[in-house]
Order: sequence, then structure tokens, then C-alpha cells
Amino acid sequence: MNELIQHLVNALILGGTYALLGIGLTLIFGIMNVVNFTHGALYTVGAYVMYLAVAALGLNFFLALPVAILGGLLLGAAIELLLLRPFRGSDIDTTMLVMIGAGIILQSGTLWTFGGVAKAIPSPFPEAPLQIGPVSVSWLRLFVLGAALTLIALTYALINRTKLGLAMRAAFQDSDTAALMGVDVRRIYTATFALGSSLAAAAGALLGPVYVVFPQMGGLAELKAFAIVILGGLGNVTGAAIGGFILALAEELGAGYVSSGYRDAMGFLIIIAVLLCRPTGLFAKAERIG
Amino acid sequence: MLGRFTLTTAILLALTATGTRADAIRIGVNEPLTGPFAASGTYVVNGAKIAADEINAKGGVLGKKIELVIEDNKSNPTEAAAVAEKLITSDKTPVMMGAWGSSLTLAVMPKLADYETPMLVETSSSGKITTSGNPYVFRISPPSSLEAETFAPMIGRLGLKKVDFLVLNNDFGRGAATDFGRMLKDKGVAVGLVETMDQGAQDMSAQLAKLKASDADTIMITSSVDQLVLLFKQMAALGLKKRVITTGGSQNPDQIIAQAGAAADGTMHLTTFLPWSPDKTPDPKATEAFIAAWKKRGFDFAGVTESFRGYDGIRAIAHAIEKAGSADPAAITKAFWSVDFVGLNGPIRFAKAGPAGKESGQSKPDVYIIEIKDGKVIVPAL
Repeated sequence: MNELIQHLVNALILGGTYALLGIGLTLIFGIMNVVNFTHGALYTVGAYVMYLAVAALGLNFFLALPVAILGGLLLGAAIELLLLRPFRGSDIDTTMLVMIGAGIILQSGTLWTFGGVAKAIPSPFPEAPLQIGPVSVSWLRLFVLGAALTLIALTYALINRTKLGLAMRAAFQDSDTAALMGVDVRRIYTATFALGSSLAAAAGALLGPVYVVFPQMGGLAELKAFAIVILGGLGNVTGAAIGGFILALAEELGAGYVSSGYRDAMGFLIIIAVLLCRPTGLFAKAERIG
Repeated sequence: MLGRFTLTTAILLALTATGTRADAIRIGVNEPLTGPFAASGTYVVNGAKIAADEINAKGGVLGKKIELVIEDNKSNPTEAAAVAEKLITSDKTPVMMGAWGSSLTLAVMPKLADYETPMLVETSSSGKITTSGNPYVFRISPPSSLEAETFAPMIGRLGLKKVDFLVLNNDFGRGAATDFGRMLKDKGVAVGLVETMDQGAQDMSAQLAKLKASDADTIMITSSVDQLVLLFKQMAALGLKKRVITTGGSQNPDQIIAQAGAAADGTMHLTTFLPWSPDKTPDPKATEAFIAAWKKRGFDFAGVTESFRGYDGIRAIAHAIEKAGSADPAAITKAFWSVDFVGLNGPIRFAKAGPAGKESGQSKPDVYIIEIKDGKVIVPAL
């Protein structure tokens, strides 16, 4: 029983960052119809900006986090302006290839700049865990969960409560009509890509101190983000959030009670099952986001 | 004008390149410089470079300089095999060193047989490497059975009753669990769970939660330094307090202390080199000289427990080339059997291992146990 509770707590904490990753990716796909293969690289960049800010520049841990998120936001905006805007209107395969190329450049760039040896980001939290009955949780991970949930809530508020969010939802439903209503769709695309990218960078910056930072860390993260998006239904933000927690739970329980060697396979088994029964994802519904 | 200039330069460069090719004896180095094993592979390569520079400063081998051709196998077995093929066929290296991890080395081995080119194995510890009948393999690192054998007398004094394993899900990890498990059972120690983890895995809290709930008193872990750092941090986060003993010799205790901090306190590690007390090593003078050269290049002291293998590996290869009298793969393969010198962790001389007629070479290095106590490495009296 104690072991089960510990597994559930672990899954909850991991799920928060998975949800962040998934939401960023699903937003970009839903609104822009772009399969973002730089998502994993942006996750890595977020972690390295965090590393640079904390370990190299000696910036306060809590100040470094917004810096990393801002870094992801700016890099995302740059990618959209330089690589996606010129290809607007070309078919999805073209943009997909451009994105794959950009992903490779970003990953090789971090390898070239920082080398292949993993880096550790020091955190200000105490080493000793918080002990609640039989369950132990590290303070750092609790902070990560709290920060992830806050960012998810902010993203929701942005989409549902602001004018920018209204324009994003309009562009998602019908970009031509939205343009006729005076929405600057090109600006919406840049904002969407920057927002999605900043969420990926945030996930990297949050998990960097929990694990270690290395150039290939984004590979598996990207794969998981795709899985979460498919699980939740393409373009569905709520679905991606719930999908993140489901994937974390599947991995944790699969590793705990089935076989730890196949931890990363568990999530994908669930996805195969979901796609067989509900090909549009668990939460696919009417044409809208939020 | 510019075109002609670049063309001339290119021809000059090409001439220089073929020039070095003719004068130098090339040694292939097949190591993981990116991916999960990047830290360890980079250390080994840096150790190899120190050996090469030292040998060249003394006039090289057979009157020629040696030249390392270093390639990155990306911690990936498929890449490791491709790198070996490239080193043999394109760079024409008559002998190689590699490939760090057991799965990487095992992937390279068929290529050695195909091209009849010898390889010195500097780090891998899976038993399969020297028992599968590949006569081109010469290993200076201990197989896990040898580690287990050296560890056996310490069991009583440590008071082990029941041991769980947490190992990498590859030849290195599973091999260690099998060899240590067999030895422990022979000694009357119970063996409980055998949990595995992927080599790139970053979150092992599921496995650790399971190990926390088990009634074993000790966890034996087989992995490399980056994952060990994560494991010790995650163990501390879960409040898992059991005796921990790691195997495999790729722990870089100083890096663990620097990156895992207090979480690593009390952990014990089976290692094959004692840079913390050079006077206790088989060749104290050589150990001190190596550590001095390492520091002089500005490398992190933490790396020496890994890099000494690259250093000894290249020295062993140089001995073999010297004895072979030529840089010919067949002659070097034969000459490996007569290599005999004192390495940084014991004598390097190869004994026959594996099926008769197709034996691989296995050297028998020293194995030590060390403990991390209050952020320092100590050698416990056991």
C-alpha cells in the first residue's frame, strides 16, 4: 500500500512537466497545423539556459526560471519568423522537413556549445525530503509540480480570458474568417509558436535541476510529448494536460508492477490501445481549443 | 585568383595529410563522446591522448610516431560497429581501442573477426566479451565475474544478508547481476529483486520505490557515473537508506561527490584504480606521473578513475606494436600475447579465455572497494 502511494505521488509530480510539454506541442499543432520537431530541442535549450543562468552566471534559481522561459519564447518567435513564416501556405510535409532540420541544428548547436558531458544545475532546496507518513517527496520536485501547475493555469487563462487567446481560438476555428474579422493571423501564429516554445523551455528548465542536462535530453522528451498529444487528441489543450498525467501514471505503475526495463514502453502501449479504440484520441471533441 | 589559391592550399593540405599517414602508426579509438556515456568516453580519450603524447615524446614506436584516430560511437551499438568498420577500412588502423560499454564492444566484435583486426578493450565488463570465441579481443578491464570474486571475501565483514540489484538493462548491467548473484548465493547471501533501468533513463523513482519497500539490507547498482548521480539524488528524495555498493568501475567517485553531494555519503564502490592513494597502486611513480599530466592539462581530477584505462590501453597497444615489429594487424594480434608490463592497476599480461582454439585475451587487474564518507573517498579496511 505504501509503495502504491509512493508510486502515485511520483506519477503526479512527473505528470506536471509531461503536461507542460504536451500543451506546448498541441497548441502549435492545433492552431498552426505545424508538427513541431524542434519541441525537444527547445526543451533542451530551456535546460541549458537555466544551467547558464544558475551555474555559470550565478543568478538566483527562482530568477533563472523566468529567464529560461523568456529564452524559449524568443527562440520560438525567431524560429517562426525565420523558418515558418516564409513557408506559410506550403503543404504540411514541407514545414515538417524544415522543422526536422531546425531540430537537428538546435541539437547539434547545444552539443557544439556545451559538449557532450552532462551538467548538473544546483538547486536551493534541501537534500532531505519532505516526509508525509510513508511517502517521501523532495522539495525540489514539489516546487517543480507547483510551478508546472501554475504555468498550465496561466496558459489556460491566456487562452480563455484574454483578447490574444480569443484571437487564437478564432484562428484555430477558421483562420480566413478570423482574418476577415480583423485578426492579424500572422501575429497570432508567431505568438502561438513562441508560447508553445516557452512551455517546452519551461519544462526543460524545471526538469534540468531534477535530472542532469545534456544535448540529447530532448529526444525522449519530444517522443513523449508526441505521445501525450496523440493520447489527448490533436490540438486539444485539456486533453494534453490530462494525457500528460496518464502517461506518467502508466510509466510509473508499469515500471513498479510489471517490468522496470520496459518503463518507457508502457506509455506507448497505452497509446496503441487508445488509438485502436478511439483513433482521434481520448478527448477529441468539437473543433475548438481550451 | 582566390580559386587558384584555395586549390593550391587544398593540394598542399592533401600532401601533408598523406605525409603524416606514411610516417605515423595509426591507432583507432572508438569511444562514446556523446550520448549517455559521453562523460566516461571523453575521459578515456583524454587518457589515451596523454599516453600517445608520452610515447611520442620518447621517440614513438618502431621509430615512428603514433597517431590516434578518434571516433565517436554516440553510446550506440550500431554506431560503434559502423565506427569500427570506418576505422579499419577507411583509416587503415591496424589496431584499435574501444568501445567502452559492453553492448558497444559486443557490437564491434564481429567486425574484428571480419577484418582480422585486433582491439584492446579498456572498460567493458560483460563476461561474454572474452568467452564468445573472438581471438581479436584483448581486455584489460575486469569482467564482472572477476569483480565478484574479489568482492567475495568482503561479504562476511560487511554483514550482507539479502541483496537487491538495480542494473542497466544491457549486457553490462545484466551480466553484473548474474555474476554477482551467483557468487552471493554460493556464499549463502539471499538475492531478492533484480530491477533494471534503461541506459538513458533519467527518472528511476519507480524502481527505487520498489526497492525501498523490499526487505533487503543492501542494493548493488551497476551503471555509470551520470546515472549514479541521479540515482543517489533520487534515493535521498525518497528517503531510501540502505547500504549501496556499486560495481563496474565507471563511478568516478569525485564526480559523484561533486554532483550528488551528501546524497552519496556512505555509498561503497568497487573500483579498479586508487588515485587517492598512489602509494597503494602497483606502480606509484607511474600513477603520480599520470595524475600530474592529467592535472597539467587542466582536466578534472574526478576523471582519472576512468581515463587511466585509456592511458593503459594505448600503452598496452604500443607494447604490442613494438613486439610485433610492424604495424600489421596479424602481427599485432600475435604480439598481444607477449605483452607484459605493470599498468596503473596491476600487471598487464593476457591469459587465454573462452573456447579452445579461438581464445580471447584477458588481463587480471586489481579490484578495490572504496567508500564515500563526509564528502571524501576512503579505503575501508575490509
